[in-house]
Amino acid sequence: MAFQSIVMVKQVPDTANISGQVMRPDGTVNRAKLPAIFNPEDKVALELALQIKDRHGGKVSAITMGPPKASEVLRECLYMGADAVYLISDRKFAGADTLATSYVLSEAIKKIGEYDLIFAGRQAIDGDTAQVGPQTAEKLGLPQITYAEEIINVKKPRVTVRRRIDGGYEIIESKMPVLITVIKEAAEPRPFKATRVMAYKNAKSLVELEEMTNANSLLYIDDLKEEFISRNLFIPTLTLDDFELDISRIGQSGSPTKVYKIDSVVLGVGEHIKIEPNKDGIGNLIEQLMENRIFG
Amino acid sequence: MDNTPQEVWVFVEQKEGMPADVSFELLSKGKKLTDNLSGVLKSVVIGYQVEDLAKETFRYGTEEAILVDHPDLRNYHTMSYSRILYELVEKYRPRIVLFGATFQGRDLAPRVASHTRSGLTADCTDLQIADVQYLRQDYQQLLLQIRPAFGGNIIATIISPDSPTQMATVREGVMELSPLEKFTVGKITEIPYKPDPMDQLIKIIERHQEEKKVNLKAAPIIVAGGYGMGSKENFQILYSLAHAIGAEVAGSRAAVDAGFISPERQIGQTGVTVRPKLYIACGISGAIQHRAGMQDSQKIIAINDDPDAPIFDVCHYGIVGDVMQVIPIFIDSFKHKLR
Repeated sequence: MAFQSIVMVKQVPDTANISGQVMRPDGTVNRAKLPAIFNPEDKVALELALQIKDRHGGKVSAITMGPPKASEVLRECLYMGADAVYLISDRKFAGADTLATSYVLSEAIKKIGEYDLIFAGRQAIDGDTAQVGPQTAEKLGLPQITYAEEIINVKKPRVTVRRRIDGGYEIIESKMPVLITVIKEAAEPRPFKATRVMAYKNAKSLVELEEMTNANSLLYIDDLKEEFISRNLFIPTLTLDDFELDISRIGQSGSPTKVYKIDSVVLGVGEHIKIEPNKDGIGNLIEQLMENRIFG
Repeated sequence: MDNTPQEVWVFVEQKEGMPADVSFELLSKGKKLTDNLSGVLKSVVIGYQVEDLAKETFRYGTEEAILVDHPDLRNYHTMSYSRILYELVEKYRPRIVLFGATFQGRDLAPRVASHTRSGLTADCTDLQIADVQYLRQDYQQLLLQIRPAFGGNIIATIISPDSPTQMATVREGVMELSPLEKFTVGKITEIPYKPDPMDQLIKIIERHQEEKKVNLKAAPIIVAGGYGMGSKENFQILYSLAHAIGAEVAGSRAAVDAGFISPERQIGQTGVTVRPKLYIACGISGAIQHRAGMQDSQKIIAINDDPDAPIFDVCHYGIVGDVMQVIPIFIDSFKHKLR
């Protein structure tokens, strides 16, 4: 019994390394200036989809919406074992909030075709909102299981999942198709397979091929694209032209939430009492706290 | 803008009829927002035999409780709860809807926002009402949704200027609980529940829930460790310290991510917000997300080997030194003083 899975992945700025210089005046992040990584929980989502394929057969497709650079994470999906990848990229999609993002993703998923399961990480580390998964499910008219920590059983037409809840867990059975968001404890993502890295390191999206032709006047985009398709190295790219989208619902203008103001965090000049890291210093501190009835 | 009073709704989360603390905290905040808006505070209570809970919301200034009560709704269920809420939102178009940023709230709010095409901001640390000029347009009485973002280097204020309904989630403990001394009993509006075949797509087979083992919010003293503790083994020393002085142990997000401590003990924007009598921060650098969860503690002691760590800006007592050397001295001195 084979399963068709679609995994939604995202390339995210490594939020540990952000400074004020990478923010644009409008408050959005200039991602080009940041180290970009595969969102950790999305990688776990891909792992779960691959495990199901390993056990039951089927196909795993990965999709991402982002700037052309986001094809980096799609190549990583191929290295791990994804069968097909799709880049959804258009300037007009930029600056989208979770609502506008989930709209485009849900339309893209409709284009990609049949599926039994859609996976995504619970949340992306750049926003921590955990909203795109449920919103995509809602737009596709699908049920959802969030915070999944284990896929217990898959047998058409149902999937049984253990999910985390406040102070415990729930075992949920859902009819397929269903969208599942996963937490990092659900699985350890497999390392890249060397043979797949060799096979797919030159996989390129349309934009990347265009960059090649711009750099070398001897290359023609149509020929190049054909060649990459024939070598199974072409990353299909869906742009605005490939959809019939309601323009009022995409990108920054289609996003109901707006960044109104960004304040840099100004470190307080908070006065504090310096305590020496020795017996006398700490002893005095403890005495003082006892007098103030903080202890006891 | 028409003259009907603007409505602020709070989704009241319950498990087996027991309300989540965060819901009353949100009602308290919602009351303040409605005062600013000259609006009306309403609670939305969904469950089975939860009329008493609906009445309890009057203590926080609710003028009307919207009640949906049915045996099928005893437990939280994504499909039915979200459908009930988005139908209500579409029908009455409240100005603001607030949810707890809990497992339930974070499962529910995005679906409701998606269906009603409302702006939704997650994990706000503050909410305010203000007149706003945005892209040369004037907007009156918008909800300012304030949250740290991008690694804590910035505080973002998010607005949903053209969204008829503005939605936000807020973590437990962030807003202060303030029941009213005098309150009026409001009205309860019961909405009938209509089952839908979609509800049957998902079945809960088993639910295993333990009473919260840790209640960091109630702990008078908290010993918290960060990434600077270095390892899970080193982290054990915090339990020794906590045991000696009668404290609970907690951690920063970096410590949780590194696997030093379990997620339910995380302090900060995406964890728990606490206000203990004493907070001892060990090897915590003090990013804004962490400070958002502990800066209102009565007394803060910071121990860190980096004298420039931002945690020293919010602490009352700073100890620059190696945590693995300072903490044993602390434990010894404490035991000595007790004698």
